[in-house]
Amino acid sequence: MFQATRFTRRKRQYELLARATFFLMTLLIVTPLILIVGYLIYQAWPILSLDFLITNPRNGMRSGGIWSPLLGTIYLVVISLLVATPIGVLAAIFLNEYARENWFTRVINLAVVNLAGVPSIVHALFGLGAFVLFAGLGKSILAASLTLAVMTLPVIIASTKEALASVPIPFREACWNVGATRWQTIRHVVLPNSVGGILTGVILQVSRAAGETAPIMFTGVVFYKAIKEGDPFAYGLFDQCMALSMHLFTISTQVPDVPKALPYGTAVVLLGAVLAVNALAILVRLRLRSRRKW
Amino acid sequence: MPAIPKRPGVEILAERAIEVLIRLCGVSAILFVFGIFFFVFREGSQLLFHGFNFREFFFSAEWYPTSQSHVRYGALALIAGTASVTLLAMALAVPFGIGTAVFISEFCGTRAKESLKITVELLAAIPSVVWGFVGLTVMNKVIIELFHTPIGLNVLNGGVILALMSVPIIVSIGEDSLKAVPDSYREAALALGVTRWQMIYRVLVPAARNGLLAAVLLGVGRAAGETMAVLMATGHAVKIPTSLLDSVRTLTATIAAELGEAAVHSDHYQVLFIIGILLFTITFVINLAADLIVRGVRRG
Amino acid sequence: MVNLAQAWAEQYATVDPAVSVEVSGGGSGTGIAALSSGTVDIANCSRRFEPQEIEQAKKNTGKAPHEFMVGFDALAVYVNKNNPLDEITIGQLADIYAENGKLTKWSQLGVKLPGGSDEIIRVSRQSNSGTYFYFREAILGNGRDFKLGSRDMQGSKDVVELVANTPSAIGYSGMGYNTPTVKQLRVAKKAGEPAYAPTVETTLNHTYPIARPLFMYTLGDPAGAVKKYLDWVYSDAGQKVVLQSGYVPLPKPGN
Repeated sequence: MFQATRFTRRKRQYELLARATFFLMTLLIVTPLILIVGYLIYQAWPILSLDFLITNPRNGMRSGGIWSPLLGTIYLVVISLLVATPIGVLAAIFLNEYARENWFTRVINLAVVNLAGVPSIVHALFGLGAFVLFAGLGKSILAASLTLAVMTLPVIIASTKEALASVPIPFREACWNVGATRWQTIRHVVLPNSVGGILTGVILQVSRAAGETAPIMFTGVVFYKAIKEGDPFAYGLFDQCMALSMHLFTISTQVPDVPKALPYGTAVVLLGAVLAVNALAILVRLRLRSRRKW
Repeated sequence: MPAIPKRPGVEILAERAIEVLIRLCGVSAILFVFGIFFFVFREGSQLLFHGFNFREFFFSAEWYPTSQSHVRYGALALIAGTASVTLLAMALAVPFGIGTAVFISEFCGTRAKESLKITVELLAAIPSVVWGFVGLTVMNKVIIELFHTPIGLNVLNGGVILALMSVPIIVSIGEDSLKAVPDSYREAALALGVTRWQMIYRVLVPAARNGLLAAVLLGVGRAAGETMAVLMATGHAVKIPTSLLDSVRTLTATIAAELGEAAVHSDHYQVLFIIGILLFTITFVINLAADLIVRGVRRG
Repeated sequence: MVNLAQAWAEQYATVDPAVSVEVSGGGSGTGIAALSSGTVDIANCSRRFEPQEIEQAKKNTGKAPHEFMVGFDALAVYVNKNNPLDEITIGQLADIYAENGKLTKWSQLGVKLPGGSDEIIRVSRQSNSGTYFYFREAILGNGRDFKLGSRDMQGSKDVVELVANTPSAIGYSGMGYNTPTVKQLRVAKKAGEPAYAPTVETTLNHTYPIARPLFMYTLGDPAGAVKKYLDWVYSDAGQKVVLQSGYVPLPKPGN
């Protein structure tokens, strides 16, 4: 009785066609990721080892490892997040808990969105003009970290805001009803319940801070600096340092006769660290969502 | 009646102090945006107001900042460089990005949706210098093989890399805006007997068009502002491109390449900061437009 | 010169581990700019300070830059391994690279490339490079500028790599960046004069026409750790690094 007419058959064909087209488009986007990661690992394989991570670049940076840039990147990431996280979290608390829905708040939100869209080279110019020159910090780890902090701030604000907003209002109301002040409510109830979301945002920015090159190129990162291998305190705040991202740039464009595996190895370490950190953030997010009781 | 305990004065003071701190941090974003504009503007302002040749900057393709005899700051070729790679990147990223957003939103079960979204997020996390490296090594060889050009560092290389970099933004914001379209729209369309494709094309996309437009705009902002990837992948030639296989140089790469050598406060240095002002203005306008459009979506 | 500076820094770390040498790249222009702003102690340059740059340095820091010649570099002209051309004159190089220069095809030079492409692909350096500056001064001459549209590479090594991968390319870079995948042309000052290949000998006896000295500049007289470093660069150990990096060390006194 319900035999397919020519009309319905054609409809089904179109449907399949549509599905197939969109599927192909998605495939085209997803495959490069896998191909690129695979190819990089394949080319870098001969050189990847624990030794690679803890020896300095040697022989004109044509052999050896990436200790100096690795340590530099760690310094930059840690310091920049130490600065950006408190400011970002407090700013998000302001926007979500204290601010009223007026034009001023709207301007602040606009500013956050805009800050997020600033090109990385403009951040570099800002860091140069404000931290290196104006604040007199000179080219240093401190100046570079502050530049990175300004760059990572907007995303921390945005993700903290989301985390705070996901805490249901009744939680806050319950606190107010027993006479808690706004800050007490935030401190004892809202913040603890949003830690997961905040953490996710911060973790994501770790990978951003580690991967950027332009903002640190002119504010405190150098082509080469010999430091003691294996010493985690080898850099000082006002020293300049090497960084993984910059190192990848220089050995793939400025050092002759580099054995093929070396830049690939650096790329793999950088990419691997970034992807691992991102995967961690995603895991944290998923786990929190399942644990939530509301 | 029992006495109501009073809050200790110290506690009230501490709370006020924290509130002040919170308000200060709250306005920090504005401070920084203004700060960026201020400091970048400051470094380039002297030249900007005293004899900057706007005509030459915007309409001449002769970029000779370090000439001994005849210094020229014609940025037309650089502007064309940025425009060409951005346009190509968008031509690739928009259809694929929106297509993927549609696929994720309309054709996927929850499991597949999560995994695809995660993959796109990971794609977004790849640092720009790694993309540049990929362009310099992998894409370079591929283009030389496919097109038999002498060099594989050109608009095509930069455009493809930029497309891959901007797709995640388009996908994630696009998917958000498709999700925001009420199910009733879909159900109504399907109840009238249209195919899935027709529903997407004639109902869904028009309904979500504000959000999709915003997604595209943000993708453009990302592509136009990218520095390291184009520095490494576009071949660095100051030239208005006549074909996809021509090498070009973008505004961002020019700043990155020449900033170090310009003596602080020299003319060349200031021109580079002026380029920075130009870039900041472009991305500011794009972000402003996108934000205004997106607000409309989230509210409605 | 950044690779030479880095090699020196690496070696010096074994000589005096208490001193840390930070090396930044970016071309001679970058070093000159940094020294003029007083933000670095030493600038390694493959070209001299221009008079206005000396003035700028004096204005900003109150000190004048002191020049120290630390070695030589022969500027080699590279072509692809399969390019049949062996020699070139300075005049021809100028006609290829200069603004309004007339040489744009290999056939104009009487050369036919296997594979057919006839267009001369010019590989050059970005304007912050001392190599760029020196080439402009020594080859183009007379205040002429480069023709736009060349591929302007980030560093000396990029030029050689691009030429190695591109059959119809020509590029200039330091002699030390030679690899088995490219060919160095012999260069003659004028048509009819003998052409020489870039080597240590032809640089030192001035027969190779495009060789230049390498400099280190300090602000005022060097003192303390900077002076010790400079002395080490002049020593046998430092000069050995120069040779190993593919540059030409200073001639020993008595040569």
